[in-house]
Amino acid sequence: MSRTQHNVLPGFRLSLGYAVTYLSLLVLIPLGALIAKSMSLTAGEFWQIATGERALAAYRVTFGAALLAAVVNAVFGFIVAWVLVRYPFPGKRFVDALVDLPFALPTAVAGITLATLYAGTGWIGRFLEPLGVKVAFTPLGIVVALIFIGLPFVVRTLQPVIEDFEPEVEEAAATLGASRMQTLVRVLLPQLLPAWLTGFALAFARSVGEYGSVIFIAGNMPMVSEITPLLIVSKLEQYDLPGATVLAVVMLVISFVLLLAINLLQWFAATRHSGRAAVEPAITLPRTAEVAV
Amino acid sequence: MKCLNRLLALFVLAALPVVASAEVSLLNVSYDVSRDFYKDFNPKFVAAWKARTGESIEIKQSHAGSTKQVRAVADGLAGDVVTMNQAADIQFLADKGFVAADWKGKFKDGAAPFTSTIVFIVRKGNPKQIRDWPDLVKSGIQVILPHPKNTGNGRYSYLAAYGWALHQPGATDKSAQGFVSAVLRNAPLFAAGGRDATTTFMQRRIGDVLLTFESEAELIAREFGHGEFEVVYPSESVLAEFPVAVVDKVVDKKGTRKQAQAYLEYLWSQEGQETAARNYIRPRDPAVLKAHAAQFPAIKTFTVDEVFGGWSKAIATHFKDGGILDQLYSLK
Amino acid sequence: MSAAALRLANRESRGVCITLMLLAFAFLAVFLVLPLVAVFAEALRQGWSAYLDALKEPETLSAVWLTLGIAALVLPFNIAFGVAAAWAIAKFDFRGKSLLTTLIDLPFAVSPVVAGLLFILIFGAQGWFGPWLSEHDVRIIFAAPGMAIATLFISVPYVARELIPLMQAQGREEEEAAVSLGASGWQMFRRVTLPNIKWGLLYGVILANARAMGEFGAVSVVSGHIRGETNTLPLHVEILYNEYNAVGAFAAASVLALLAIVTLIAKTIVEWRMRHEQQTLAAALPAEKTA
Repeated sequence: MSRTQHNVLPGFRLSLGYAVTYLSLLVLIPLGALIAKSMSLTAGEFWQIATGERALAAYRVTFGAALLAAVVNAVFGFIVAWVLVRYPFPGKRFVDALVDLPFALPTAVAGITLATLYAGTGWIGRFLEPLGVKVAFTPLGIVVALIFIGLPFVVRTLQPVIEDFEPEVEEAAATLGASRMQTLVRVLLPQLLPAWLTGFALAFARSVGEYGSVIFIAGNMPMVSEITPLLIVSKLEQYDLPGATVLAVVMLVISFVLLLAINLLQWFAATRHSGRAAVEPAITLPRTAEVAV
Repeated sequence: MKCLNRLLALFVLAALPVVASAEVSLLNVSYDVSRDFYKDFNPKFVAAWKARTGESIEIKQSHAGSTKQVRAVADGLAGDVVTMNQAADIQFLADKGFVAADWKGKFKDGAAPFTSTIVFIVRKGNPKQIRDWPDLVKSGIQVILPHPKNTGNGRYSYLAAYGWALHQPGATDKSAQGFVSAVLRNAPLFAAGGRDATTTFMQRRIGDVLLTFESEAELIAREFGHGEFEVVYPSESVLAEFPVAVVDKVVDKKGTRKQAQAYLEYLWSQEGQETAARNYIRPRDPAVLKAHAAQFPAIKTFTVDEVFGGWSKAIATHFKDGGILDQLYSLK
Repeated sequence: MSAAALRLANRESRGVCITLMLLAFAFLAVFLVLPLVAVFAEALRQGWSAYLDALKEPETLSAVWLTLGIAALVLPFNIAFGVAAAWAIAKFDFRGKSLLTTLIDLPFAVSPVVAGLLFILIFGAQGWFGPWLSEHDVRIIFAAPGMAIATLFISVPYVARELIPLMQAQGREEEEAAVSLGASGWQMFRRVTLPNIKWGLLYGVILANARAMGEFGAVSVVSGHIRGETNTLPLHVEILYNEYNAVGAFAAASVLALLAIVTLIAKTIVEWRMRHEQQTLAAALPAEKTA
């Protein structure tokens, strides 16, 4: 697709140039340094470290737990965002503020607190343990920590989009005889989808790299509940910097590919949606009028 | 607005090189639980130095995981002295040329002014009757220890168990490995660090015995109360030596060699050793040790050098990827 | 809540509405409220005076100031980058757009353990610029500038990621209208774009800010942990905890949680004022939208 056939908006070169320069300096060059360091090993050494038995098990644990946590967050994050935007209830501001807690709390504190809550003596663990559900110091504990870490992403990406919905659209749909479910699936969901995918991707990406909170609740047993960042730290504790960068590069590449796939999907969904939006200009017009005032 | 100004001023100040302050200052880069000791010790040295030379001196502290700290020094953290909990960390700096190659000969006692040892912490009344190492491998006993590969206390715990097993009649490396493997089999989890192991044992009440430094038992008591646990001394354990060194590259550049040397020497002074004993770290000075005998029961110990041929060798054979420790996990 | 939203709230049947709310509350209670309560319970375990004493420690205070200083420094960079990147990505079509978006996301996927290491590889004594820096006595790593750079790195995605879906959902008709009516680029941005994205921007800023203040891993690697000098609050929390000072550690952690809540309250006030302004405006003019 070539750049804009009829786009009259200004600032493309400036904004893109600035964004690319900023990203290059802050993200690309440092990541280049990482990859360069891992290249100080021969291809054979690289391969051996990257595909060791324990490394493979750790990838499985890391990506599996991150995926599971992101799915849980996508479902509950949507419900939370919907409730926060649409339903009035007392204490709403407080609940809204709470959603950011996982960002503000140092991850180590989160890990320690969650491990204490979910251990057999904890406020939550004491109810789960009699049911035979062990959370703390099992792979399930990793999922719990990652749900905590990733929750704000889905909620916060969905919230502004839900807030931005034009009530008129839903009303129009209802007037035309659509059921609530039909309105949701046919009218709202397409608009939500790009943001939803974004939130999912972000929660997932963030979870993959998480270290601080996970090591306190995982139990860190080799082959069972050992995450890749722990192996990286383990390499560093042996003063093996190149070895550590190998695992870091592997994680980076996998995450990059997954994120790229999700972003392509998201972009696809967005273009399909904007194609439809163009047919409904009447909906956006009143707002333009309001802003012009 | 005033608030913002102050904030910016502080930020600029923090960015300025440390050398900018008028008086001499030393940065002591240390491991994470040594803070209480240096908090007591530093003012004493500052006073003694002032009395001896008339010079005001400021000591700054940096604390984090031992290996992480020496990596930071190698990457440019300008510590004048390093005070660590395993010799391998200082050897790493020596290999990189930051510390004299013969750093162990620069001070008395192999440059380690204090020691500690690995002991057992058991629940009040010792309900599972854990007295010595063999009790740890009984079935149904849960052992809590910090990550044996990535943490200082975890590594010392591993070496203590291995060394004890090696000293049993008719023991071979194979039998010792079998014993350690059995201990690890009784570990339901590997804690993230020494402190995390303690929380798991004391607060979450997981496990029957906790392996940790004798010096941490007192810290545990401060947090959780003396009556909550008992300390059990095994028949033999590892002598954990806490080594120190002057960072040549830094002191030569800053011109603080004299002060740095004096600072570390002062750790061996009567006052330094006494302060250590009060913080439950075993002093080298026999007189001071004797004065605090109630606090430091006699225990048979071996050093890492004696049994494992030094820390660097211990890491290469036991803790490196694919080393003996990794093989022992897979025996599980 | 406006009357319109109230009306909408009744759109779902009552049962669905209540179920959703219960689900949301249960989820939040288990994953957010309980941990928060646990943090405060730990912090207050030895009573209020011990809690306040822990907060009055000079080292804790200096950590608070450093944390706020770094957050304040990082903020304008994040806003400028976020708006620029979102503008380019959401309003224009160009080759490699998904790639650019993915690059923005990348700092999320880099483990905090590794994020700090990146800057050691560049600025550390054995890194690319290390020898030059140490020759000229410039401190980046193990001092505030290095910590600010690491914080910038981990907070890159937040504002941009918040704005992109929002700006995409809004389309570009409004801006196009403004431009065709003769507005300059800056006028268009200030009068049309900014009012449209202000909530998204604010959310993004709050997220970036909370994350910048709470970051532990990356900052930990480049901080050097010098007491009273290069310890931010999260670093201070961990150190206190490792030193068996749980009350001090959780007290400091509670400050971080409170800071997050304070930013949210600030947001609420701004929101309320703006709405108030709008309402007075709407009252002065004949209502066109409520029809």
